[in-house]
Amino acid sequence: MGRAKVARKSTNIDMTAMCDVAFLLLAFFILTTKFKPQEAVPVVTPNSVSSKVAPSKDICLITVNSDGKVFLALDDKARRADLAELIIKDKKINLNVAQFRDAEFIGCSFAQLPSFLNIPSDKRKGGSPNIPGIPCKDSASNEMIEWMRLVKQVYLGKTLNILFKGDNGVKYNVFDNVLESFRKNEFDRFQMITNPESVPEGTELWKEFKSNKSVTKELDSEN
Amino acid sequence: MAEMETSSGGGHKKGPGVKKGKKLSTRVDLTPMVDLGFLLITFFIFTTTMAQPTAFKLLLPKEDVKEENQNQVSEEKSLTILLAGNNHIYTYEGKLDPKTPKVATCEYTGDNSIRSVIIDKKNRVREKFGTDKDLVIVIKCYKDANYKNLVDILDEMQINVNKKYALVKLSELEKIIIEQSEGLPSSGSTESSKK
Repeated sequence: MGRAKVARKSTNIDMTAMCDVAFLLLAFFILTTKFKPQEAVPVVTPNSVSSKVAPSKDICLITVNSDGKVFLALDDKARRADLAELIIKDKKINLNVAQFRDAEFIGCSFAQLPSFLNIPSDKRKGGSPNIPGIPCKDSASNEMIEWMRLVKQVYLGKTLNILFKGDNGVKYNVFDNVLESFRKNEFDRFQMITNPESVPEGTELWKEFKSNKSVTKELDSEN
Repeated sequence: MAEMETSSGGGHKKGPGVKKGKKLSTRVDLTPMVDLGFLLITFFIFTTTMAQPTAFKLLLPKEDVKEENQNQVSEEKSLTILLAGNNHIYTYEGKLDPKTPKVATCEYTGDNSIRSVIIDKKNRVREKFGTDKDLVIVIKCYKDANYKNLVDILDEMQINVNKKYALVKLSELEKIIIEQSEGLPSSGSTESSKK
């Protein structure tokens, strides 16, 4: 019987095109990726509709974690060294400036600083019980006021962005004590770090976005 | 060109009778390479941070603002939001009468949400005065309120495009009201009232 022979096709596929695409994507992701810095203090921040990206330079970051512990961090190592020297002068505490400079964050009272800095940096995590946080629980022993005063001196005449990063569960009295330290040192503007969130439909802001008015910009410039 | 002469005979020319060396295919199996490529892509997709944290500004009023000045806002143009613990919100308009203080409660989401209260107030101010620009929203927090609650309310200010708002400390009367409605023991004159 004359059966039509179906030509047997090769099962090999030419991978070159796929390979090209794969590596193109790979190159894109390698170039665009920005590694998340290992967070020393894990914090779940609240959401907001604000679309302004938080500054990443010249910052003084005050973090409050879910236990209500307060941490202070400066991004500039030179400023950190300045701060360390200022603490030595002002508080008469013997500090290792190099250790202070390399510390990612500060989370203890002035008196505990030397022992805090002696903790190896990989063990210095915000959640661990041997790190008390900067004492700020009540207004009588609010050390944040002192810290912010020193930070202000260090950044005198320089730009400084004060960022506050709080956990969802932080109680208002802790936040208020941190605010108190800003007020006392006349830092009258600061920024709160939040996660971006979409604007709810039907609201006024949403309507203004629809009519292509940059409301947030307007608000920011007013502030 | 790039092939190496591997025949062991070596030296003598290939004549017509001599068997030709098998021509090796120049195709390489790309599958492992593609595998590796996609593995790396997945890695970078997961580690990349596309969403950068955002921030919004908050201005702090100067310390020496006197209490009398804070209450100078016309009664019809002000709304005070009190944030208490357990995600409770109390609101009142204008001034609080010390004898018969009346506060309304509302929620963060749902039918009786704080957003609807603000929109309602804005509409009433707009009807009466033609514009809602002068509406001042005063936000006050009890010490049990969460930071998230505060950010949510500040966010509502942005969502409802309300440009005049302030974060003010609780007065003694408001504190008592919150403590009574929350069923908390009165904390008396604590630090937050002294400020």
